[in-house]
Amino acid sequence: MNIHEYQAKALLKEFGAPVAEGVAIFSADEAAAAADKLGGPLWVVKSQIHAGGRGKGKFKEEAAGEKGGVRLAFSKEEVTEFATQMLGSTLVTAQTGEAGKQVNRLYIEDGADIERELYLSLLVDRTCGRVAFVASTEGGMDIEQVAEETPEKILTLPINPDNGVTAEAAGQLCDALKLDGAAREDGLKLFPILYKAFVEKDMSLLEINPLIVMKDGHLRVLDAKVSFDGNALFRHDDVMALRDKTEEDEKEIEASKHDLAYVALDGNIGCMVNGAGLAMATMDIIKLYGAEPANFLDVGGGATTEKVTSAFKIITSDPNVEGILVNIFGGIMRCDVIAQGVLEAVNEVGLKVPLVVRLEGTKVEEGKKIINDSDLNVIPADDLNDAAQKIVAAVKGA
Amino acid sequence: MSIIVNKDTKVIVQGLTGKTGTFHTEQALAYYGTQMVAGVHPKKGGTHWTGNVDGKEVQVPIYASVKEAMDATGANASVVYVPPAGAGAAIIEAIDAGVPFISCITEGIPVADMVKVKARLEKSDSRLLGPNCPGIMTPDECKIGIMPGSIFKKGSVGIVSRSGTLTYEAVFQTTQEGLGQTTAVGIGGDPVKGTEFIDVLDLFLDDPETESIIMIGEIGGSAEEEASEWLKEQAAKGRKKPVVGFIAGRTAPPGRTMGHAGAVISGGKGGAEDKIAAMEDAGIRVSPSPASLGKTLVDLLNGK
Repeated sequence: MNIHEYQAKALLKEFGAPVAEGVAIFSADEAAAAADKLGGPLWVVKSQIHAGGRGKGKFKEEAAGEKGGVRLAFSKEEVTEFATQMLGSTLVTAQTGEAGKQVNRLYIEDGADIERELYLSLLVDRTCGRVAFVASTEGGMDIEQVAEETPEKILTLPINPDNGVTAEAAGQLCDALKLDGAAREDGLKLFPILYKAFVEKDMSLLEINPLIVMKDGHLRVLDAKVSFDGNALFRHDDVMALRDKTEEDEKEIEASKHDLAYVALDGNIGCMVNGAGLAMATMDIIKLYGAEPANFLDVGGGATTEKVTSAFKIITSDPNVEGILVNIFGGIMRCDVIAQGVLEAVNEVGLKVPLVVRLEGTKVEEGKKIINDSDLNVIPADDLNDAAQKIVAAVKGA
Repeated sequence: MSIIVNKDTKVIVQGLTGKTGTFHTEQALAYYGTQMVAGVHPKKGGTHWTGNVDGKEVQVPIYASVKEAMDATGANASVVYVPPAGAGAAIIEAIDAGVPFISCITEGIPVADMVKVKARLEKSDSRLLGPNCPGIMTPDECKIGIMPGSIFKKGSVGIVSRSGTLTYEAVFQTTQEGLGQTTAVGIGGDPVKGTEFIDVLDLFLDDPETESIIMIGEIGGSAEEEASEWLKEQAAKGRKKPVVGFIAGRTAPPGRTMGHAGAVISGGKGGAEDKIAAMEDAGIRVSPSPASLGKTLVDLLNGK
């Protein structure tokens, strides 16, 4: 789960990280008060959307002006002017796709005098199974590009969970970021704070790009991107409260209510599969036969009939879907449960497109019997290849 | 022969009394009499679990801790069906009790909990399989986890996979081709886990009855690249068996998590094409479709 920059900064501030003063606003009426509160003389007006590249982004609407999604304001009037232009407008960045994202929230922040821009992030390094810092002097840039072109400028430092951030580790990070004087002292304090925030809040990514050294020699978190481990949200009601559903696909929200892993895609064949790997492989094989999947949907291991019914409804609610492929290889998932769920969903919402069902594995005979005994217009398939060919043919023939 | 588990493996079930644990323990007991010797429940020690196996009532004793269950039964393996919030602690209990082989089926364990497990595991002699995996199976001998027994056939192919249901595809197809399996191992889709590809490949290369291998990876991370590189090094030393590979997620859009916490391509890293190239470079025959794993292996074995 992702949160906005202003929420991430508020969270880091609670843990004691140095962030600028700022105010989040939802309407242009609030801009003047926010500017007054901060005092100036320099303000930064930042679009709050769940996508990067905001500064270099462009608004679709002419009325929003030529400037990007992050703007420097030199007067209170300018803060209000920018807020009026940006709120409600559609920002297109390298990460939003052509459709862009509507800006519904702004973050007004105190401006900072930047001496140097650095890169710092924390993530779980899967090669060693530990939380690791990634640090580089090349801040404000795309870190993947830095990794590609100048890998020697990046330090990856895994942290032993038994010891946390030791003085030695903090020193190594300071060296990698070439910090000295006040900035070094700030760094030695900041790294353990960030590690603590990451672990306590079950983050999956904490990225500060850039972390800046200001003209006064101190460090400041200038931008912050935080994602949380979806598996750990059950123990963080405070984090759940930060969720902004307007940033998510409606079908994906509905799917998450039923604990289904669903990702909307652009094709016309709806897929319901058990297991992430098989679900991806099903998408791959559909493409191999010249069609496009409408979604990724993993009903998971312990799915109930209700869950399967909800999954089926989500798939049929997508107007692009011209055919549905149900591909189940039961292990923990029982084929009879899937069959019953499909049956109930069709009884409830009807079936207007071709449906191919392939069942194999645990309780397969029971599952096939349920489908065969019903008056459902199902195209049965024997194996994965057969299933993919049949659904692609059915959709192309339609 | 087989790897890791066989007819002598004695298994403790952590989370036996739940619905999932009950269902799959019944299935395991029904599968060539896999030795499910004990259940663990902190509050139900001294009682019995009663299951239904082939129409007959079967009882398994419940102990209050893994340690007690080990001492009483001489078990040498455990399987964890405990729900996500408590699964990390359950694995740690098994590690601390000195269980040699622990298999965790539970899906959705917080990554931070697995970071703790991994640190504990490194200081122990236990082997952990998973989490978020289908378990391990040696046909006609031992079934630990949730793989459907009916699709297996004793044979010569070693199967290792990051994806549960694709493991079944590989098993199903090698059975249909008449090759059968020595052991099938699902290592699981989570980013932080116990057993990795290389651990299993090493065992398969050593196992005299494993004549060929199917390795199934997916997008995200770099485990497939590392395993391919490792196989290449081993081949240079003369340790070599025919390997068929497959990578799921060729068509997945970048930056999106595909169900498994592990399956996400970020910034052009961990994409399917890189992994396929690494496999091919290591002499692995990559199957073009998930439906042709068995056929690709037969072709490879026939020198086609």
